[in-house]
Amino acid sequence: MKSYAYFPGCSLEKMAHSYHISALETSRALGVELRELEDWNCCGATAYFHVDELLAYTLCARNLAMAEQQKLPMVAPCSGCYKNMYFTREHLRHDADLAEHINAALAEDNLSFSGESKVHHLIEVFVHDVGLAQVKASVKNPLKGLRVAPYYGCQILRPRKQAKENVEQPTFFEDLVAACGAEPVPYPLRLTCCGGALIITNREAALSMVRNLLESAIQARAAVIVTACPLCQVNLECYQKQVNKEFGTDYKMPVMYFTQLMGLALGIPPKRLGIGSELVAVMPAIREAQEAAPALAAK
Amino acid sequence: MSTATAVAEPAAPSAAPPENPMSFVEEINHLLYASKGNPINTCIQCGTCSATCPVASGGFMDNSPRRIIALIRAGFKEQVLKANTFWYCASCYQCTVRCPRNIDIAELMYGLKRYTVWKTEHQEGLIGPVFSETFVKMILRTGRSYEPVLAPTYMFTYGLPEMIQEATMGTALMLKGRLPLLPARIKRLDNFKRMIKHIIPLGDKE
Repeated sequence: MKSYAYFPGCSLEKMAHSYHISALETSRALGVELRELEDWNCCGATAYFHVDELLAYTLCARNLAMAEQQKLPMVAPCSGCYKNMYFTREHLRHDADLAEHINAALAEDNLSFSGESKVHHLIEVFVHDVGLAQVKASVKNPLKGLRVAPYYGCQILRPRKQAKENVEQPTFFEDLVAACGAEPVPYPLRLTCCGGALIITNREAALSMVRNLLESAIQARAAVIVTACPLCQVNLECYQKQVNKEFGTDYKMPVMYFTQLMGLALGIPPKRLGIGSELVAVMPAIREAQEAAPALAAK
Repeated sequence: MSTATAVAEPAAPSAAPPENPMSFVEEINHLLYASKGNPINTCIQCGTCSATCPVASGGFMDNSPRRIIALIRAGFKEQVLKANTFWYCASCYQCTVRCPRNIDIAELMYGLKRYTVWKTEHQEGLIGPVFSETFVKMILRTGRSYEPVLAPTYMFTYGLPEMIQEATMGTALMLKGRLPLLPARIKRLDNFKRMIKHIIPLGDKE
């Protein structure tokens, strides 16, 4: 069994609780153990980095140091947490002065950063560590005929984590959707930002960005958008009503977490994946595809 | 989708640049502590950042990222600090990965945000600076995020229709069990606060 120090992040406590429980369910089904960090603190989202750089690294370093105590690599399901934690580790590993300064602060909580624990996004764990072959072999309920728009968003890919990483034409999300038996649909805005925290600080811009994304997925005849980040999910799903009001559209696009899609394919009951807590219901789209699937196969 | 040509380019700043324009660009070059500076001087003004930016190409920024870099290099400090560009950056890093000169433009935007927060010289009426400071203070108190604390930082800027939309969405989310009723806090909060005091002075008042 593969084990990870699990950093859920603040969103997964409540707003994205369905992401949390579906992450735990799918991990268990695939032989991955997620051990939640005992006393984790907020990664700072984008806000710490707007105010004080050193403080921002210190707060992330506290979480990294706790993962090191568990002697486990860290996994974060939120793209923002992942990016903050990943680059804090990188900067501290390459800057001894910075690490020393921050370690002096961490000592107050009897912690110390060494850089031992690598940082992963949850989707990487399934794609690389578990592997798509095993995901495919574990599928009990292939989601045949379900047209899925995989939405990468920003911070899983960007900034570049390794020199040769393919940040312009990635395929791992499409591959994961295909491993679940569903049909990934290509659409131009799959890597374009959802607006992130601008939904609060510049609502007009964010709603326009959300509209562009929804339109792009609809043009590709997607039945559902699948995300790997709680903020993307909230922007794309919960703000659809506001988008409709603002732009005179009539979008009703379900937006689910990739762990919920995987969970359904693995035969986990929808309720245990938190399905039902979305504002735009997911199950009608799933059922419609499944009912149409035998007809599709007969053709 | 709008294209790059839609980016608003306001008229040239009327104020004359200061006598020593290099000092401002040097200062901005060295804003990033951890990544040891940013090679803003190597910018070739190709405009890839502005064309790639979903906020600038949507026409929402008063100065495009390319123009901000040009203004920094020309020493137009006041115009730069008063721009909305960096506060409207969503941190998507598309500019950063596409810049042919390896300038980390998104981190430059972070640097400019911090700079204007320190100097309290940002454009008036922006939600971003107030929101960020409230967020940080909240984390320093509890170690965790709690959405209801943040709402007053932006709700008062809304008109009535937006207020009603937010309230409707809030109710729907509440009914689905997606809004927290009580703030969470970490367990070792005393240690946590002492840790923070090593980095920034908090004062004795809570």
